[in-house]
Amino acid sequence: MNHLPQAWGRPRDDVYGAYDSSYLQNGGPTQHTQRPIVTGTSVVALKFKDGVVIAADNLASYGSLARFTDVKRLRKFAETSVVGFGGDVSDMQYLDRLLNSLDIQEAYGSSGHTLNAQNLHTYLSKVLYKRRSDFNPLWNQLLVAGLDGESKPFLAAADLLGTTFSSPSLATGYGAHLAQPLLRNVAPDEEAASKLSLEQALEAVKESMKVLFYRDARSMDKYSIAVITKDGIDLKENEQLEKQSWAFADQIRGYGTQVN
Amino acid sequence: MTSIGTGYDLSNSVFSPDGRNFQVEYAVKAVENGGTSIGIRCKDGVVLAVEKVISSKLLKAGANKRIATVDRHIGAVSSGLVPDGRHFVSHARDEAANWRSVYKTPITVKDLASRMGGYLQAYTLYSSVRPFGITAIVGGWDSELELPVDGQVGSGPISGAGGKVEGKTYGGPGLYMIEPSGMYWGYYGAATGKGRQTAKAELEKLDLAAGKLSLEDGVKEAARIIYVAHADNKDKEFELEMTWISNLDGPTKGRHEEVPKDILEEAERLAKKHLEGEEDDEETKDDDKDKMEE
Repeated sequence: MNHLPQAWGRPRDDVYGAYDSSYLQNGGPTQHTQRPIVTGTSVVALKFKDGVVIAADNLASYGSLARFTDVKRLRKFAETSVVGFGGDVSDMQYLDRLLNSLDIQEAYGSSGHTLNAQNLHTYLSKVLYKRRSDFNPLWNQLLVAGLDGESKPFLAAADLLGTTFSSPSLATGYGAHLAQPLLRNVAPDEEAASKLSLEQALEAVKESMKVLFYRDARSMDKYSIAVITKDGIDLKENEQLEKQSWAFADQIRGYGTQVN
Repeated sequence: MTSIGTGYDLSNSVFSPDGRNFQVEYAVKAVENGGTSIGIRCKDGVVLAVEKVISSKLLKAGANKRIATVDRHIGAVSSGLVPDGRHFVSHARDEAANWRSVYKTPITVKDLASRMGGYLQAYTLYSSVRPFGITAIVGGWDSELELPVDGQVGSGPISGAGGKVEGKTYGGPGLYMIEPSGMYWGYYGAATGKGRQTAKAELEKLDLAAGKLSLEDGVKEAARIIYVAHADNKDKEFELEMTWISNLDGPTKGRHEEVPKDILEEAERLAKKHLEGEEDDEETKDDDKDKMEE
């Protein structure tokens, strides 16, 4: 007797003859996104005393191919918050449009904008959780940077599972392994972060981006960086990594084009 | 009215033998009783203003807005039945959002007017519905720059024309008025509601077709016109509500927003001063007459 799952609940072939499968859908069960296709790599962010610094490079990879080299992965929301997207780029575009429509709905009211970065993070995490519960996840890891309801620096992460996390410094993807320890050196806790100056924060984030470019094969040396403070958002989308030193590469076997 | 007793006015969508749809004409009557709404198309933006007649002293001043934001760059105001106006706005928002989801770009004022004209016209065709008891004014600013497509991540081709037509200019101010019949026209200056005749006469004096009026002056003119139009309806108190949309370099950066309080108050002050001036003129004219008679 056929005991395989596809025969469960079906009339037995040995009793009723072969089932006429032309009545069945040949597409099988609905299959949603099972893997990301065009992807962005790490996003790194660090709080400092007046706000948050966030950065991501401008690359969208198609597998290991560096397919698109001018992709803006930091998205402004309403001049108050920045969302940094890692993971699937088309899902990022979907979320960008979703935030765009949210921003328009905000404009319907005469009180103007009321959503701060904290509200935005809650909203996005719920969208992500809903989608993963539908077995149709939005394949992104994202960082939300801005100010909370008390105008204090706010930084939190949300991912494709709907998991949320908050810390004075955050990094997604490869950055979670390589950049996070570097950022924790400068800001081990909230108190340390609240004493950081903008210059220190910028330096730490830029250094992280450089280390990521050295070590992450899906990264590039052109990146976007945003500083969010009470005064607004300063977003630069076409920055170049500076002061690279590849001296260490000589010492490593198998690095780059040197194969043996 | 000639329709009374003929029976041709009892159902919507029924023509009278001389080719009129009386239900639509009655809807126009509902509009003619509503507070005056106007729109002015200036060279660098659009102003919308409404005479909000105060129906009760228990209503909070400045609350219960009558001008609504349809999309970031478009506003709408209507005269007539207020709930019909709110439904109009609700549907206009749906149309604008739907346009974005299909084309990934903001709807133009012209296209929105077309969609809403079509929607209102459908309410003249069926006996199960009644026409909208409003005339709506839709105003906005279509971006003069090439906007990124919604959700766009890259900057497009770095060589070649990239689909751009050289020398073609885009965008600008848009102002349309949509009537209960579904008819809509584009206007330099639009007025509807109780004081429309006075308001139209004032709008015509501005020579808007020349395209010289600035948004800043447009706001002052709009306030003045609402005050002048209200003069025929003096026994009722009113509030002036005003919104504007400027070009991308202007004060609202292409967005539909309320006119800031200080600018609104200054415009109202000038409007009141203008009215007082007119009254003085009338008195002096009367004096002249008296003298002549003497």
